[in-house]
Order: sequence, then structure tokens, then C-alpha cells
Amino acid sequence: MISRIYVIPKIKDSRERLFLKSWNSLNISGKVKTISIIDSYLVDSSLSNEQILQSAKMLTNPIIEKFSINEILKNAGKFNYIIEIGFLPGVTDNVGNTAKETVVDLLHLKKDANLKIYTSKVFIISGSVKLEDVKKIALSLHNPLIERAYIAGVKEIVKTKGLPLKAPEVILEKRIPVIPVSLSVSDEELIKIGREGILDETGARRGPLALDLASMKVIQKYFKKLERDPKDIELESLAQTWSEHCKHTIFANQIDDIKDGLYKTYIKGATNLIRKQKGNKDFCVSVFSDNSGGIVFDEDYLVTHKVETHNSPSALDPFGGAITGIVGVNRDTIGFGLGAKPVANAYGFCFGNPEDTRALYRDPPSSKDFGRASNEKRKKMFPPKRIMEGVIKGVNVGGNCSGIPTVSGFVKYDDRFRGKPLVFVGTVGIIPRKINGKLSHEKKTEAGDYIVVIGGRVGADGIHGATFSSVTMDSSSPATAVQIGDPITQKKLSDAIVKEARAMNLYNSITDNGAGGISCSVAEMAKECNGALVDLEKVPLKYPRLQPWQIWISESQERMTLSVPKKKWEVFRKLMENHGVEAVVIGEFTDSGRCVVKYEGKTIVDIDLEFLHNGLPKRSLESKAIVNIFPEPLGHSLTGEAKIAKNSKTKILEELLANKNISGFSFISEQYDHEVQASSVLKPLSGRGRINTDAQVFRPVFSASKGVILSAGLYPSYGDINTYHMTACALDTAIRNVIACGGTLSHLAILDNFCWCSSYDKNRLAQLIESVKACYDYSVGYGTPLISGKDSMFNDFKGYDEKNNPIAISIPPTILISAICVVPDIHKIVSPEFKNSGDVIYLLGETNDELGASEYYKFLAKKEGNNSIGNNVPKVDLKNNLKTYLVLEEVIKKELISSSISLTSGGLAVALAKASVGGMLGCKVSLSDMPGRISSLYGGNSSVDVRLFSESQGRILVSVLPKNVSKFEKTVKGISYKKIGWVSKDNKFIITDSNKKIIESNVKKLHDIYHDFSNKML
Amino acid sequence: MTHSNKLRVMVSKNRTMKKIKIKKPKVIILSGYGLNCEEETKFAFESAGGKADIVHINDLIAMPKMLSEYQILAFPGGFSYGDDTGSGKAYANKLKNHLSKELKEFLSRDTLMIGICNGFQILTSLGILPGALTYNKNGKYIDRWVDLKIEGKSPWLYGIKNISLPIAHGEGRYVIDSKKYREMKRKKEIALNYVKGEICSFQNLEKNPNGAMYDIAGVVGYNGRVLGMMPHPERAMFFHHSPLWQVRKTEGNLKKDGDGILLFKNAIKYFRQ
Repeated sequence: MISRIYVIPKIKDSRERLFLKSWNSLNISGKVKTISIIDSYLVDSSLSNEQILQSAKMLTNPIIEKFSINEILKNAGKFNYIIEIGFLPGVTDNVGNTAKETVVDLLHLKKDANLKIYTSKVFIISGSVKLEDVKKIALSLHNPLIERAYIAGVKEIVKTKGLPLKAPEVILEKRIPVIPVSLSVSDEELIKIGREGILDETGARRGPLALDLASMKVIQKYFKKLERDPKDIELESLAQTWSEHCKHTIFANQIDDIKDGLYKTYIKGATNLIRKQKGNKDFCVSVFSDNSGGIVFDEDYLVTHKVETHNSPSALDPFGGAITGIVGVNRDTIGFGLGAKPVANAYGFCFGNPEDTRALYRDPPSSKDFGRASNEKRKKMFPPKRIMEGVIKGVNVGGNCSGIPTVSGFVKYDDRFRGKPLVFVGTVGIIPRKINGKLSHEKKTEAGDYIVVIGGRVGADGIHGATFSSVTMDSSSPATAVQIGDPITQKKLSDAIVKEARAMNLYNSITDNGAGGISCSVAEMAKECNGALVDLEKVPLKYPRLQPWQIWISESQERMTLSVPKKKWEVFRKLMENHGVEAVVIGEFTDSGRCVVKYEGKTIVDIDLEFLHNGLPKRSLESKAIVNIFPEPLGHSLTGEAKIAKNSKTKILEELLANKNISGFSFISEQYDHEVQASSVLKPLSGRGRINTDAQVFRPVFSASKGVILSAGLYPSYGDINTYHMTACALDTAIRNVIACGGTLSHLAILDNFCWCSSYDKNRLAQLIESVKACYDYSVGYGTPLISGKDSMFNDFKGYDEKNNPIAISIPPTILISAICVVPDIHKIVSPEFKNSGDVIYLLGETNDELGASEYYKFLAKKEGNNSIGNNVPKVDLKNNLKTYLVLEEVIKKELISSSISLTSGGLAVALAKASVGGMLGCKVSLSDMPGRISSLYGGNSSVDVRLFSESQGRILVSVLPKNVSKFEKTVKGISYKKIGWVSKDNKFIITDSNKKIIESNVKKLHDIYHDFSNKML
Repeated sequence: MTHSNKLRVMVSKNRTMKKIKIKKPKVIILSGYGLNCEEETKFAFESAGGKADIVHINDLIAMPKMLSEYQILAFPGGFSYGDDTGSGKAYANKLKNHLSKELKEFLSRDTLMIGICNGFQILTSLGILPGALTYNKNGKYIDRWVDLKIEGKSPWLYGIKNISLPIAHGEGRYVIDSKKYREMKRKKEIALNYVKGEICSFQNLEKNPNGAMYDIAGVVGYNGRVLGMMPHPERAMFFHHSPLWQVRKTEGNLKKDGDGILLFKNAIKYFRQ
């Protein structure tokens, strides 16, 4: 029997405001007056009416809610339309699962009772709206890839009294479980199989294997030798393991004359050299070999870090992509060594311009030949604003629900991120160095151990995620690649492992199920003992009739794979059960040298591990550089001089401060819990004026005086001019931000995340080589080892614009450098904002004519409507900066400064404005006689621009109490520095040059400008 | 009269049985299903002088008798069941289904109980404390600091007049009907009110970020022995937790403890007198 329980708010719903605001901005013809939101629980069961009533009572908080069974009309008040948003069949329904668990518990039912609960949100709408409007609203409320919308008018509900009593159950057709795939075919067909997928018995292609012809040929040869055709699941399995996502072929293969490839030569090469140079001061413990990188925290603990990207999934389902991204990278922490505890999350978002509403389609206007039925809607991309909102919310729910503080983050905007956003997510973990007397970062699967999978169940969600993210996004991108996150299932799993099973020594090894699902995790673990045997039908499923290949490669979330000694299984199972975590033995690790999978007794995969892991043919890549020369902005040519002079510097500074790449984003920082775990030291927002900090500090161990500093550097637009310098600047910035707040170079590690585009293009490869070389040069130069990294090489979009013209949008090649530093004493930390009027302001470092691709030049170029971003991109002066940073460390150690802010986008003027806004204190600063190379090429006016807005690296702005001035000046005497002014009593913000006022504003005004964009997003 | 003597006189009125001094009171902190502040809550109780155990709810259900060994029961913050079906609801239902008797017995003894954030939501869902908590007025999750004025009478709050603590929640708007409110006010059961104090003035923030009725941030019941509050005292146990610490530091005024620890110390003191 199917019943519906409606839970109806008795008081005004606070969420109404947000929906009204968003709906009435949808360009609808009418106006929505009121909304109420009702929770619906569709119960498919054999429960009695009395039991349904009991369940309804339990789902209702009588003080603020009431319930109704099957009937909504009486409780809906006056309305015009109802929209119901529920999940598509088969999509994980977390609330439904919780409701089921509660009902089972209340009625003392058996766990496997025949009871299904499907939840949905019911929006009751009144106002002068037409059906067309309601359709638009419904579209804004759901993602058709995972959700469904049902619209009913008042007339219909009067007739039926309630919404339909029909369960969205998954009924998969019974299919042939395993099919052989003949590879005795033409090269054209091999290419087609590789690109579009296996042709299944219905005549449809299953989705990209992302295998090129060379790989397909090797597979063809392998199975010819075995004298049989591969099964579909074997091909899928190889495709997962060999995917760019898993094998990082671009970094591994020979490129030009770099024989060992970029990764080994420059990334690993740098770290190995640094570790050698550091000798007994080397703090790396486990780098590049595990799910995260691990370094020493103190005598008792290791601290781990990992940063991932989840770009492609976030483009299709912004909320789902982001939440599975953050919860997924948490598993890279839980999967480090024997299981580290996640202690901090970090994020970084690169979005298209949120004001951009131009349509983009993944598929052409005519549906013919593109596998779309004529009544099917076109595959429209979400506009940047929708992607932004969904991504922000995804990290919100993922981080907040997991009880992990989200301490560090940034947001950047560029039009070229509208085809694919970049969603960086990172997690820091902590783990005792020894557990039960054994080194905690070491683990080894033993032959004879059970293969155990714990956590969520497997569904058709997240199929072909690994291969999909290894290609351009277009009309063939599979909808099933979208995954749904369930942070609570993972939180239970994490608690059970990290807080109990780990200390009880119940398993030999553990790893995450990420890309490729169990096909990758089992094969990876099997390497250590040389074999695995899996009984696939033992894998718990969300619904019946999934095909074996789907079970094997599904990326359904919140699962980890462990190797559990047989004699410990019973204790382990019991412990998991007690924590409400499903744990199942799906097979056994062996030493057969083979990866064997059985399904209902029949062997369906039987591949040599050696071939599975190392069979991928090596290809050698070639690069060819193209040098871009950009025009200088008109404002800086002789003819443009007059034009730019009209813009006062005050106005320019205010416009830059309002620029979303510079302004505050407290609306994000505030909705992320950054204080859970009670570890907060330097928060994401600081000072009276709540400016966003460039580095954040937390203390993961209560009893320690040590803390951890996180920071990041990223300059996508610099790469337009030169990727070597882009990378050097990102690295220098990440390090400088850390040093500026009190970190030390001697215990600082970095992580690299490459997000590239069209990576087989020779010029893109040339840019990549430059970037990787800069990683090497500067990490070695600063002695800061690279401990973990990731690449996402195909951030390209191919589709159609609103006029149906074909369009290709690639992201600008981007590298994110994340820094993690262990600081000896958290009490020495210095925040960025000015503290006291009368403090003396100093600029450390040199200011050069380096405005190329700066926020200022981009602002000028935008005004002029061209690409004149100049060419003088900032270059990193390693020798000088190193000196500056070491001196700054000394200054902070001696507690000589009151504030310290690193100069980044927008240069000195913006840094001064941020420090002032943060402290809500004015300043009076002079630009005269600043150290550095400032050419007089452009005449006097422009050299002022350089001093105000150049983004030269290696510079820090500090303020010093008058009583500390002489000690301070004595300590910094060996480096380039300049006393430039003081913090003032009044609110005036004044910058002069040769006694002439150049900028005159006030702090209150700058504060409002800085927070304007963020306030609009609330 | 010394401070501690005063406390003793006040609390002894609430005692239902003859008082036994306990040097190291035992604290049980419940965990599981997405509660997540148990470790810092444990650290706060232990720093204050107690002996705290984190116990998974299923372990307590398996051995319900163990509750009788404890003097203090804490429901820490978190996201039990991901707030599915409403914050605190599903966890409270689990307690109702399995531990009603034991909770009743616990409350009948001379014990203390606290619910912080999600723990407060659980306590109201259980009906141990009156009122309900629902979506913040702007519909969004918010993490920031608030200033609080102590209004109610409770051993937990003894000797504290004003305190600043952080909040982090999406459903923190306290709802109560006016009649019940007047009764609670009279009985000094309104524990904490959001006010414009040091932090709000410092960062120019509104005093009541979630729209709680009558500015209520926390309430007490059972003669003040049970405290439910949205703000997190355990996230303010160190001086460097406060948004003001950097300013205080340049003023040369660096301390170790934050004000949040006072609540935990009060609870331990209650059993030592």
C-alpha cells in the first residue's frame, strides 16, 4: 500500500524569503506572493493505518509542524499551483533513508522489512503566476539529471485532494549480465569502442572508455594471445585503470627529450632533491605514494594534506559534484596510512561571470543522429550563477555535516570558466605516528585477507566518472557520471574507522573508493599481495538488476575498501554494525598474479595484474610553444594617456576593490562552519571589518602549542602571457601568505593541482612543461617539497551557443599551489588588518613594473573591450624573496609587528585598503622613493600606476607599534624595505606621491565597497 | 561569603537527596549518527576537572544501565542524521524508542545535563526542554560569534553575567508561544539572550542572527540542571578562539583560557561542593 505523509509547517517558513527573491528574479510574467514548503514522505509498505499514523507523529515536531495523511488540500491554504520536487528513480534519497531507519526503529520492524520511503519537497505557491511561470520556477528548483518536478494546478488538487500516490521505484530491465566484445574488428570500430563505448545488445553505446587506438590495439593483442574475446566488464575495467584520471599519462610519458616524463623528472625530482638537501631536517614521511601526502607535525603526530578537483561533475550537477568532491577528498584522508582523521577542509572555486546568462548547449539544435528523442529537451548547461550557487552549497553541506571545519578558501572569476568551472577541494588530516607500535603510514594487503567494502551501496550513479573526466565535455557526456553525496553515511564510517577500528588493529590496509569504484581500489590494493578474487554478487546494491560491469566500476559514494584478516572479520563486522555502517566481504586477496572476478559462479574477469597495471602503451608526447604578445592597454600608450587620466586613482582603486576577484566573500566563509573541532586560531574572516584572510591557522591537537597554516596561490590570467611565471607567482604567493601570518619556510610543504585544457595540443603541452619546470625551480629554491598533487587535463567544453553556433570554451591553463606549514607557536600568529592608530606602515620587498595580466590591466582591457593585458607579467626573484621571508620570520618571532598582509591581486593599493578595512582604521601613505625597477617609459602618471597596482611578488605590508620601530628597522636592515606611512586615527584613507594626494577615500566607504558583492549574495 | 560557598548554598536548594561531594564527576558525552563535537566537549569537561567518556548511542542502548554511573550527560553539537526529517528529530526518536526510562531515571537524580547546538535541538525534540528550533530567519547556515546575557538561574551559568560565544547552525531560531515564554521568564528558565555586546560592537553585527523569538539563545529546565543552548561554549575555551584575540594581543593582554570554559568548570564545581 502507498500512503503519503505531509509534514506542514505551522509557523512562517524562513526559507520563503530566499525562494521569493530567487523566483521573482527569473524573468517571470507574474509575481509570486507566498510560498510554503511542505515535506512529503511517500511510504510504500504493508504498514497498517495505525502504524502510518504513528510514523507521521514521529516525523512531526508538534510545536512547529503538523501532519496530514494523503490529503493536502485542506492544509495548503489558498494557492494557485503546487510544485513537487523529488528524486528520479534510483537516485540516493538521504532523507528517505533516515525516515526509513526511524520508522523501522519505532515499529520494531526487521531491517530488511518491505518498506520504502521516498521524500520530496512540495512548494505551495500563490500569486499571479501562469503555468509558464511555474514551469520556469520548477526548472530553477531541480536538476533534471537527478530530480523530477511535478506541477499541479489548484483544480487538479481539488479533484484529487493530494499528490499522486505513485512510487518512483527503479525497475531495471532484466538484461544479459555479461556480453563478450569482439575485438577482431576494423581500426575504425576499435576507435569507436574506445571513444563512445561498448555497443550493447540494444544497439546503444555505453559511454566513453576514453581509450585511444594504440591502447585498444594492445588490448586486442592481449586477448588474442589468450585466444578469447574480452568480456564487457574486462574492457570497462581496463578503461578505468588506464584512464588519464587514474594513470596521469600526460605526466608519466616521455615528452620531447624529457625521457622520464614531467612527474618523475620535475615533481618527484624536486621533492627527492629537497629531502636530500634537508638531511635530518627532512619532514616528509609519506609523499606521492598514498591517498594524501604526509609530513611530520610533532613527535607524536603526522599531518596529511590532499587537494582534489571535481570540475566535470560540478559542471553537470553543481551541488552533487561539489558535495561528492569534498566528501570524496575526506576519504583521501581516511584512506591515508591506516586512516587519518580529517581536521580541516579547504576549497577553491573558479567560476564564470555570475552575471553572464547566455545559453550554452551540449548538443546541437537538431536532435537527429544524436541519440535524442524528438520530445527530449536539449542538454542545456547551467549558467555560471546557478553553478556557483550549487557548488557553494555542495561544499557547505558536505563540510558542515561531516563536522570538519572548512577553514581555507578562495573564489576567482573568469569568463572562460563558464564551460567548466574549477572546483578544488582539499582535506587536512592528523594521525598518530605510531599505532599499536607500528608506523601508521605503512600498510600492506596480505594474501588471504578478506576484501571488505564498507559504507554506501552501489547504484547506477557515478558510472564512467573516471573516463568522463578524462575527455572534453560534450553531448556524449554521460548523465550517470553524476554522483549523490551522503555525508552522514561517511561520517559514521569515518568515526568507526578512525576512532575505533584503527586502534583495535582490525585491518591490514585501507583505501578510498573514488574514480573507478571497486575496480580501481581492489586492483590497486591487489598490487601489494599480487592478486584478488572477487565475488561480485556479494556487493550490496541500491536496487536489483544492475549489470556486473556497472557494479564493478560504479563510483557510488561513501565507500572504502579494506583488507581484513579472516580471524578479525567477526570483531570488525560487529563494530561496523554497532556504528550503523554496512560492511560486506566481497572476496579475498590472493597471490595468484591475477585479478579475477566471478559473478554467480562464472568467471567474468581474469586479467594478469601486470597487464592491468602496466600494459598501457607508452606514448611519447611532443610540444611546440607559441609565444603570445598582447597589446599594452591604451591607457598606457601615448594616445590613451588623456583617456586614463580622467579616471581618478581613487575611482580605480574603488572599482578594483569591488572586483569579485579581489572583494570579500564573507557570504561563503560565514556559511561554512570553520570553528567545529575547536581548533580555530586565525579565521577566514578577520578584524573589525571582517576581511577574508589569505592564510588560515588552526590547531589540530589541543595539547600542542603547534598549529597548521593553510594557504593557496593561483593566477589563471598570468598564464595567458607565460605559464612559467604564472606558476612561480602562484607558488610564491602561497608561501608568502603563510610567512606573512607567522609561518616558517623550514616546515612548509606544497601541493600542486594542474587544471589544463586540450592537453594533447602541442602548445598546451609546451605551456605545461614551462609550468612544471617552474614548480621544480621554485620549490627547490625555497626548499619546500611538493608532497601531493593531482591533474585534471581536459577542461574543455564543446557545444552550441544561444544562436546555435558551435562553440568551444577552454579554461585558461591554471595551476593551484596549496601550502601547508607547521608553525611552532600559534600565539605568535599575526592577522592581516591594522590594529592601532599611530602604528608605522612598512612595505617589505621591491616593486617592479609588472602590471601584465594584473587585475588593473584586465580592468583597463575590459573597459576598452579588448585583450590588451600587457606583457610584463610578474617574475619571482627567488634570491631576494627568500631573504625577505627569512627576515619576516625573525620579525614575527620577536613579536615586533601588529599586522601583516601579503601583496597579491591589485597590488599595494588593494593591500592597504584591505588592511584598513580589516582594522576599520585609516592610513596615510606616501609612494615616494619605493625600491624596485619602475621604468619611466610611460611617464610620471603611469609610474604611479605601477607603484599602486603592480602585482610584483615577494612583498608584504606590515604595521609596527612606534615603540618597536627601532628594533624592527634593525632586524630588517638587510632587505629592501620602505617606511611608507602610518595608521591614522581618523577614517581617512590617503595615498600621496611627492606630497600630492593621489588617492583620497574613507574606510567606511571602502568597507562597503569591499563587502558589496558578498552582501548581494546573502 | 566566598564565591564557592555562595554557589553551594544556591545549588543545595535544588538537591533532592543528601549531598555527596564528588571530586572528579563523571561525564557521559553521546556520539554517533553524525554528532561531531564530542571530542572538544570531552576536552573541555576534562580541562575543567571532570572525567569524560564518549559513548556511542548504540553502546548505551546495548548497556543502558551504564547511565546510572554518570553525574553529567552531554548531547554535543553536530549534524545527527544530517538534519534529515528536521534537526535533532531522528536522534531524539532513537532515544525515545530505546532509552526513555533511563533518561527519566537520570533526570530524577541530582545530575546535570547539557545540549549544545544539535544537542539542544535533540533536547527540545525529546521534550526535555520546551520550545522548538527551526530555520534561521535568513534561511542560511551561519557561523559567527554572538554576545549573550545570562538571564536564567542554573548551576551551569553560575557567576556569569555576560559571555561571547560562537554559533554555527542552520536551524537555530528558537520558537515558543507567548504564554509559555512568560511562565519560563518568571521561573528564570530563559537561560541566555542574544544582546549587542563586545563582539557585535566590534564587528558591527546584528545581535540576534537567527531571528530567535524573544532573542532566546538557550533555556534551562529541571531547576536549572538541564541547559540547552545554540552557542558553543567548547569553541570558546581558549583565548585564541575569540575574534578579538589579535587585538587583545597587540594590547599586551594575552591569556590562555577563553570564557567558554566557565560553563564546564561550573558543572564540575557543582559536584565538588
